[in-house]
Order: sequence, then C-alpha cells, then structure tokens
Amino acid sequence: MVALKNNALKIHHADNVAIAIRDIKKGEPVVVEGTEACVAAEDIPASHKIALEPIAAGRPVIRYGEPIVVATSDIGTGQWVHLHNTKPIEK
Amino acid sequence: MEFNGYRREDGSVGVRNHILVMSSVACANGVVEALERMFPEVMTIKHAYGCGYGPDDLTLSLKTLGGMANHPNVGAVLIIGLGCEVLKPEYVVGAVKGKPVETMLIQTAGSRTTIDKASQIIERFAAHVERQKREPTPVSQLLVGLKCGGSDAFSGITANPALGVAADMLVAEGASVVMGEVTEMIGTDHILKRRCPDPEVGEKLQKLILEHEKRVRGALGALAGLVIAPGNIDGGLSSITEKSLGCNAKAGTSPIVEVVGYAEKPTGKGLVIMNTPGYDIDAMAGMAAAGAQIIVFTTGRGTPVGFPAVPVIKVSSNSTVFKAMAGDIDVDAGAILEGEKSLADVGKEIYDCILATANGRPTCAEINRMETFNCLKQGMTF
Repeated sequence: MVALKNNALKIHHADNVAIAIRDIKKGEPVVVEGTEACVAAEDIPASHKIALEPIAAGRPVIRYGEPIVVATSDIGTGQWVHLHNTKPIEK
Repeated sequence: MEFNGYRREDGSVGVRNHILVMSSVACANGVVEALERMFPEVMTIKHAYGCGYGPDDLTLSLKTLGGMANHPNVGAVLIIGLGCEVLKPEYVVGAVKGKPVETMLIQTAGSRTTIDKASQIIERFAAHVERQKREPTPVSQLLVGLKCGGSDAFSGITANPALGVAADMLVAEGASVVMGEVTEMIGTDHILKRRCPDPEVGEKLQKLILEHEKRVRGALGALAGLVIAPGNIDGGLSSITEKSLGCNAKAGTSPIVEVVGYAEKPTGKGLVIMNTPGYDIDAMAGMAAAGAQIIVFTTGRGTPVGFPAVPVIKVSSNSTVFKAMAGDIDVDAGAILEGEKSLADVGKEIYDCILATANGRPTCAEINRMETFNCLKQGMTF
C-alpha cells in the first residue's frame, strides 16, 4: 500500500489535535503519518489545529503532550480548534 | 560517539582554536578594529560599555567577557583596555585558566604603539595555536546552546521539535544542552516545573519564570497581551502556553537537571535552563560565555546572525526562507511541511550537523563571518 502524503502533523502521541502543514479544505482527508486520521469538517488554515477526536466542552486540548487550552463548546472530530471554541486554562 | 576537539588544561574541549582579541571597554574598540583589519583570521569581541555603569552591569559584563576569554574554542586571548575604565583587563584575566593571556592598556603607550605591540603578541599566539592538534573526545564533552529567533507559525511545528530530537540525542550521549529565553517560557512554568526531578530546581525555575512574567506585565502594562501577538493568533496559536510550548520544544523531552544564572557554567550533565532574555544576541552571549561550544539557532523569518568564536548552526522552519536566504541557513526543517521528511529525520540531520561542526566543518554564519557580540546591560548609564 502506498502511504498517503501527510498534510498534518501530530507532534506528541498524547495530542488530541494535529497541526495542518498546508491549507486543508472541508471534506479533505486529514493525513497524519501516512494514514487518514479523519476528514476535515471545515476549512483548516495551514499551521492551525484540527481535532483528531471529539473534545467535550470543559475538556483540555492537548498539544506537545500538554493541555494548552480548554474547549468552550463540544468540538467534533475534524473541526478547527482555535479562539472561537477554546479559552486559556486558568491557573 | 566521538569528535575531534582541542583539549584544554581546565578539562574543557574546544571545537575551534581561535586567537581572541577583546576590548575591556568601548574606548579600546578602535584599537581592536585596527588589529581586525591587520589580522582578519583573528576573532574579536568589542562591546558598547565596560565603563559608565553600576556594579550589577559590571558583574554581568565581567561574567560574559571572562567566559568568552576562557571559552573552550579560544586557544589564546589578548585583552586591550584603556586604563581608567571600570572594567579593567586584569579582572578578565582572573577567569582564564591554562592558556596564553596578555593584557595591554592604551593610556600607557598610545594607540599606535599598542597596535604594534599587540601585533607581535598575535604573531606569537599564532605560532602557539598552530602547534595544538585535535584529539578524539567523547560527545559528552559538548555543551550545545539552543536558540530560536525570528520565529514563524511553523517554528513550533518543524524546526523546534526537530531540534528537540537532536537535543534528546545529545543528552542520551551524556552531553549537555542549554536553553535560555525565560520570557519565552511564560505560561509553561507549571509544566517545566514537573520536568525537574529535583524539586528545588523545579521551584527555582517556576519562580524565575513567574518573575519574568511579572516584569513583562510591569513593563508592557496593557500591551502585555501582545506577548501572544495578533500575528501569533493568525498563525493558529490559541494561548501563551501553546506558544511557549512551541519554543520549549527545541529542548526536547529530557529532565531539567539545573537552572543557572546568566553566563553561568552548568555543573552537571543534561538539559539546563539559563536565565537569559529572549533577545537573540544577549541570549547567545549568555550561553557562549557559559562555555557552549556550538549554538543551534532555529528561525522562521530568517536571520544571518552568528557569534564570535562559537559556530552557530541555523535551522529554517520552512523551505521558502531556506531558499530566500541561501548561504545563511545550514539545515532546512521545511522538508517536514512538504511531507518529505519526518521530525526524526530532520532531528538526525541536525545532530549530524552538530557533529560535523564539532569536527571542524564551518557553519554558514562562520563562512559569512557573522560575529555579532553584545554584553547584556540592564541598569542605567552614568
């Protein structure tokens, strides 16, 4: 089987988001490490985050293996993750 | 793994064998520049102060200049002062262990005679360093500085995590790596603290980061939010924690064994954090003065900078800047974005580049003679 060309990177094995390495259009497969991880549920700009699994409101978004923000609404697989659906973690 | 380096009497190992000529005060810079024109192969260090400042800045300069004078990559050093300055050449001499060192004061003989006599000293030094040969040395003798500057949205995705892979490989070999830029760690104090096996080190690191955060807020006031700038948000970063984790990624995943002050030499082996500002030149000066024989510098926007006597390896986060600044950048991590290479591939490339550099292969910044220096100064000028 020919490996698919990556268009997203998962930096740490514990991450629940991947980072688009180029613009990904809605409906396109999100390819991480040569395999389709999910389908983009909306347009994802290059260098932005895509949810690899459902992240419920109040749950942390994990990147570099660490919580970086908390979801403010339920985020579905393949959705864009940014300021509109997250907030900083309060210490 | 081994590399061929220059063994020094104090136990350190150099990857270069430079003659260094430095000024102790800005008033002596003109004489150092004249010598630079006469002996282009000699490394020089000039700086803006050495006088006209208080004890805190004097201490910082002395640590920085002393660290450079005793640097493992330096085989012999000549320090030129004026005579009436606060930071006298003899203070720097105290830091130099087991290598030829000479001092001169311009006020005793005038600049022309100083230049003539200094020329004779440089010729004598040249004969000395020529006799020294490289010898096989374990990689564990390396202290590698980790720096990022002119970052872009891809720095935290490609170049920094790839450098982290190389940093982990170095630590696995028993070497040390040092990361500074405490202002770039804001928002990750609780995470970095967990990475310190010694709770005292963890407390010290968290306190240091929180102090920097307070100072940044004090200095920027309402603008403090710009620590995560609109450009960062456009690039996909959602919090200061996420931004700082991207910066920290260049240090890899090893435990943090020590937190040292600016220009302070680490005592143990492994991943070390140094208290430096984020500003490129000041951060590199702190790591170099602590004895880092090589600095690896990741960049997204691109920068030509190097450092005197210390090879700087440049890693680009994207191929566009690698092509635009051909001849300034040594390794392109942009291949990760093309899906052509993995983080592990580029990490290995950086590691191989570090070893080749340690064995004597010049970096782009060395070929281009980019030798920018600064002494960190934080207090008032009198």
